[in-house]
Amino acid sequence: MQSPYKAIKVTEDVWWVGAIDWNIRDFHGYQTKRGSTYNAYLVMADKVTLIDTVKAPFREEMLARIADVIDPGRIDYIVSNHSEMDHSGCLPEVIAAVKPEKVFASQAGAKALREIFPSESLEIAAVRDGETLSLGNRSLVFMETRMLHWPDSMFAYLKEEELLFSQDAFGMHYASLERFDDQLDPAILEYEAATYYANIILPYSPLVLKLLEKVAAAKLSCKIVAPDHGPIWRKDIGGIVGRYGKWASQKPTAKAVVVYATMWHSTEKMARAVSEGLAAGGLHVKFMSMDEAHRSEVVYELLGAGALAVGSPTLNNNLLPHMADVLTYIKGLKPRNLVGAAFGSYGWSGEAVGQIEAILGEMKVELAGEGIRVKNVPDAGTLEKCYGLGITMAEQVKARL
Amino acid sequence: MKRYVCGVCGYVYDPAEGDPDGGIKKGVPFNDLPEEWVCPVCGASKDEFSPE
Repeated sequence: MQSPYKAIKVTEDVWWVGAIDWNIRDFHGYQTKRGSTYNAYLVMADKVTLIDTVKAPFREEMLARIADVIDPGRIDYIVSNHSEMDHSGCLPEVIAAVKPEKVFASQAGAKALREIFPSESLEIAAVRDGETLSLGNRSLVFMETRMLHWPDSMFAYLKEEELLFSQDAFGMHYASLERFDDQLDPAILEYEAATYYANIILPYSPLVLKLLEKVAAAKLSCKIVAPDHGPIWRKDIGGIVGRYGKWASQKPTAKAVVVYATMWHSTEKMARAVSEGLAAGGLHVKFMSMDEAHRSEVVYELLGAGALAVGSPTLNNNLLPHMADVLTYIKGLKPRNLVGAAFGSYGWSGEAVGQIEAILGEMKVELAGEGIRVKNVPDAGTLEKCYGLGITMAEQVKARL
Repeated sequence: MKRYVCGVCGYVYDPAEGDPDGGIKKGVPFNDLPEEWVCPVCGASKDEFSPE
């Protein structure tokens, strides 16, 4: 019986041969509501080349799609642009099955792959930034993109086709049978690309800006951008590259995110009052209870926000655990240019507000004013102070716009 | 001598260690690193570093 898994033609010589993961919902803490794809590409040049592989359980799907075009045993080269296991997890098995002449990765990638598969004694040729690999009638130019988003990450540019294999950059977690941006709803693409940026790329924004400068200086013309997750860009390349520039600049806008959790609705009342103040001060407010929202949604909302207000009651001398969770997550993603404040209720000791302020300090968030703590239940005076804190935050954000 | 942390990836430049792979011998203070020196882990430039 023939396999239902077919290759999809990208250009005359390039085929998508990846895998679709419809049901994945948790990507190391990032909620992927629309599933994902692991993209691998087959370049049918004189030297048949496979660009990246897929997550280990999807090996057979990828090999079936390759077999739709060519006997996998005829692959000459494998290029690993990114060593993370969703793109390399089946690499040793694929090498064993295909027996390629050579496997290529960046210098850091070659080292990382040997560390990830210590028992495999993989032979991997390290390529340098700017190096060109001849595929006979085609050529691949490598560009290091260190820390976008792992130390090993690199781009591979198929010169004659003006096609950029961009690994995780410009990607998104979005499972679909359509493979190209022009076949899908642009609003969903923008939302999922932004969510991906916020959850994966955000901490490396200074490097994104440098990379965009480098690409512009190299006058690299791209007709197609083929990332390792989600659809291939062939229509709105300018749009996604422009959005990366915007997101990486992290310019604040008149938007505030209020994130809190509550035990008996006291901290929630404070969150409501802070939000009313922020709105009265002229900011758009995204109000997020961590009893409802997911951490990856919070960082999506923070992309381009100007203010972050955080509330938590004190539970046994500490933050509520799900507030510690979201703050740890946000801290690692390093959002910049935020004005912040902390608030929360307590029954007897009240450490949470100070703990939030300490974390916001580590995150380089500028505190708009002293945090507000209240014992048991906020009275009218406390809620007025919360409202006032919202106004002060809004004024400080507006002064930065 | 002061250690400096890369604001991008968290690598710490320790003058006592230098950066042998980057051709920097032991004992070179952060401020004396050449301007074109980059973080050995992520490639970030010197201006992304701050004192530990």
